[in-house]
Amino acid sequence: MPILILADHDNVTLKPATAHAVTAAGKLGSDVHVLVAGRNAAPAAEQAAKLAGVAKVLLADDAAYEHALAEPVTALLVSLAPGYSHILAAATSVGKNVLPRVAALLDVAMISDITAVVSADSFERPIYAGNAIATVQSADTVKVITVRTTAFEAAAITGNAPVESVAAVADPALSSFVSAELSKSERPELTSARIVISGGRGMQSGDNFPLLEAIADKLGAAVGASRAAVDAGFVPNDYQVGQTGKIVAPDLYVAVGISGAIQHLAGMKDSKIIVAINKDEEAPIFQVADYGLVADLFKALPELQQAL
Amino acid sequence: MKVLVPVKRVVDYNVKIRVKADGSGVETANVKMSMNPFDEIAVEEAVRLKEAGKATEIVVVSIGPAQAQETLRTALAMGADRAILVQTDVTTEPLAVAKVLKALVEKEAPGLVILGKQAIDDDCNQTGQMLAALLGWGQGTFASKIAAGDGKVAVTREIDGGLETVDLKLPAVVTADLRLNEPRYASLPNIMKAKKKPLETITSDSLGVDVTPRLKTLKVTEPPKRQAGIKVPDVATLVDKLKNEARVI
Repeated sequence: MPILILADHDNVTLKPATAHAVTAAGKLGSDVHVLVAGRNAAPAAEQAAKLAGVAKVLLADDAAYEHALAEPVTALLVSLAPGYSHILAAATSVGKNVLPRVAALLDVAMISDITAVVSADSFERPIYAGNAIATVQSADTVKVITVRTTAFEAAAITGNAPVESVAAVADPALSSFVSAELSKSERPELTSARIVISGGRGMQSGDNFPLLEAIADKLGAAVGASRAAVDAGFVPNDYQVGQTGKIVAPDLYVAVGISGAIQHLAGMKDSKIIVAINKDEEAPIFQVADYGLVADLFKALPELQQAL
Repeated sequence: MKVLVPVKRVVDYNVKIRVKADGSGVETANVKMSMNPFDEIAVEEAVRLKEAGKATEIVVVSIGPAQAQETLRTALAMGADRAILVQTDVTTEPLAVAKVLKALVEKEAPGLVILGKQAIDDDCNQTGQMLAALLGWGQGTFASKIAAGDGKVAVTREIDGGLETVDLKLPAVVTADLRLNEPRYASLPNIMKAKKKPLETITSDSLGVDVTPRLKTLKVTEPPKRQAGIKVPDVATLVDKLKNEARVI
């Protein structure tokens, strides 16, 4: 039986996370279908059709799906589920919101945030903020899974799958969209950037984040933050890297004024190269850093910007 | 409006966990246990709703071993009115927990259920969504703000791109994210008072729910360890290393 992936998109653009889920699905050894549920979402569907390994794109175009509300999208997925062995989504805020609801209605266990496919019924997933890796096996008829995007490469854009329309199903009308306040940035998205530079409590204030941004712009990097910096109101929540924020694994991660709490390490320790800049030489971040610089960040950051 | 808040007893977030030598799981014997931090936020939010006159009674529930009574007492000390322990020694999965909670919701008839968005032990992030599904209720996950109104609740959610606000018809399920509030510390007088608040213990069988796990854990291993690298003396050396050694810039 084929595998169904719920696409993450904003109707116009397919989120890169979906391309990573396609790669994970490819390891299961069946045809991969991608469901794009949205409103006027043909552009997103066209992009999904270009992902290598996708056999078919299902496009459900209806006002009810415009904002990916959990209840209507779940109803649609549950109606499609009987034809599929696995239902996947990237572990984004959409996937995490929708898939447990689907699993419960199908009366199956759900497997969150897989980092490896062992076989069609067995998967590795991190537990305890990534301090242990569990291998779990599911005997359920349909396996409902979210995929940690950093653990799988993005599928190439070499495909040419057909796009097929599917009918919307009745909207349970339990919730309605009110508004969204999205961060606007010219920089790359945190979860798909090749370089990430993050600030922590040591930044002292949101007013000091331009120091990081100036370097980010020189490197083409995304800007992130620790939970401490977000909690202190320096930057918005969508900057947060960590166990409960975003999971990133860029080629280069630069942690500035971040002590390195377990919860933060959980979100970035799979980065290829880690740089830590912190004035406290005992900070735990140095235990995972490839290159550590013990320095006052207010002196080091302008120097770094000059040197690049 | 009655508010139901499920809470989980987990290994304290400050504990450095150890994987058991036989690969069967994580060592939890003789380890400090606490209330899941996201659940503390959920309890706090319920207490604030009560203080604001929007909630009439707060019932806290835990599904777990006898020791989960301590977790429930903590919630009572924070301001919950009454507690229910569904006692089981089985390691319960989110689906089983959601089924137990559904049975309790049908008995208690709350107008709102607030849960933590995920437990920091299994990191599943499933239970609230599953409960909402089984009840046929709307869900507001990863909440950073809750505004209860007449017959509905507005939930501001932390999403990948920023924030999103949705209106949910009541009754509904909301899951708490980090920035919903800062939970209070229970005062000593409130801890003493909590000892006298009602705590009922029941079994999952009495609710007619099968809590047998569906997933089989084949093994639990330590993640690959990352080696500490080197310290560089200055910015110039750092840039040189990144360019010529790591070749990432």
